[in-house]
Amino acid sequence: MENFTPVTGFVGGLMIGGAATLFVALNGRVAGISGILGGLLEPRSGEWLWRGAFVLGIVVGPWLVALAGGHVPDVRFDDSWPVIVIAGLLVGYGTRLGNGCTSGHGVCGLSRGSPRSVVATAVFFSVAVATTYLMRHVAGS
Amino acid sequence: MMSVAVSLIVGMLMGAGLAVSQMMDPSKVLDFLDFAGNWDPTLATVMAGAILAAFPGFAFARKRQASLFGNRFQIPSRRDIDRDLIAGAAMFGIGWGLVGFCPGPALAAIGLGLWQVHAFVAAMMAGMLLYRLFPLK
Repeated sequence: MENFTPVTGFVGGLMIGGAATLFVALNGRVAGISGILGGLLEPRSGEWLWRGAFVLGIVVGPWLVALAGGHVPDVRFDDSWPVIVIAGLLVGYGTRLGNGCTSGHGVCGLSRGSPRSVVATAVFFSVAVATTYLMRHVAGS
Repeated sequence: MMSVAVSLIVGMLMGAGLAVSQMMDPSKVLDFLDFAGNWDPTLATVMAGAILAAFPGFAFARKRQASLFGNRFQIPSRRDIDRDLIAGAAMFGIGWGLVGFCPGPALAAIGLGLWQVHAFVAAMMAGMLLYRLFPLK
């Protein structure tokens, strides 16, 4: 547990949830990242701009943390490219089929008590735990 | 135009939160999902903070007819648990557990210039496009 960082974890979580509160209070929408991203592939007039702005914001967010003197984590991978591509395809297809990811179902859905989001979150967390176990302790070294 | 500016600022705040919480590092996410390894409970504290801070926004939405900018609320109202929800969440769970990336952190990490991040985001967009062309029915 020496890697446990509860304070920055909680503060970062407050920022993510605070962003979701701002988004629904001002724009009236759920800050679900897979839905916002997926909508870019279904171009409807007047929807491109705000979706693109949201995605751009996420990309530059970590830079702002660095500019403010905060710590941006190193990102480490041990995966080969086929695993990365298969994982990306599954995340993309699965989040559209299931109508949400960690932000839409996990954060927004749980905080508004949506039964669909409770079920989806329970399913993707338990499947991810099982997959990680298989990758790290059965298939891996 | 104001709502586009809000989208940009909300995205920035999310991206910054993913950096501060270190959730943009997939190995930290996998250390949470790996109960059998050197377990790192940080992701649970991130979720706790996020759910707590998102709560007032949705409580506000329940009481109002429109957002502060006068937009109709676009919040899903479905309550049925169907096959697509379960199958989609399971597919997402496999992909998440394989690499440790979900959509937000993958976008937040784009600026780091790592080929793995770019390959993941390209594959994720391809997966979303595949769903649009061939939705499971």
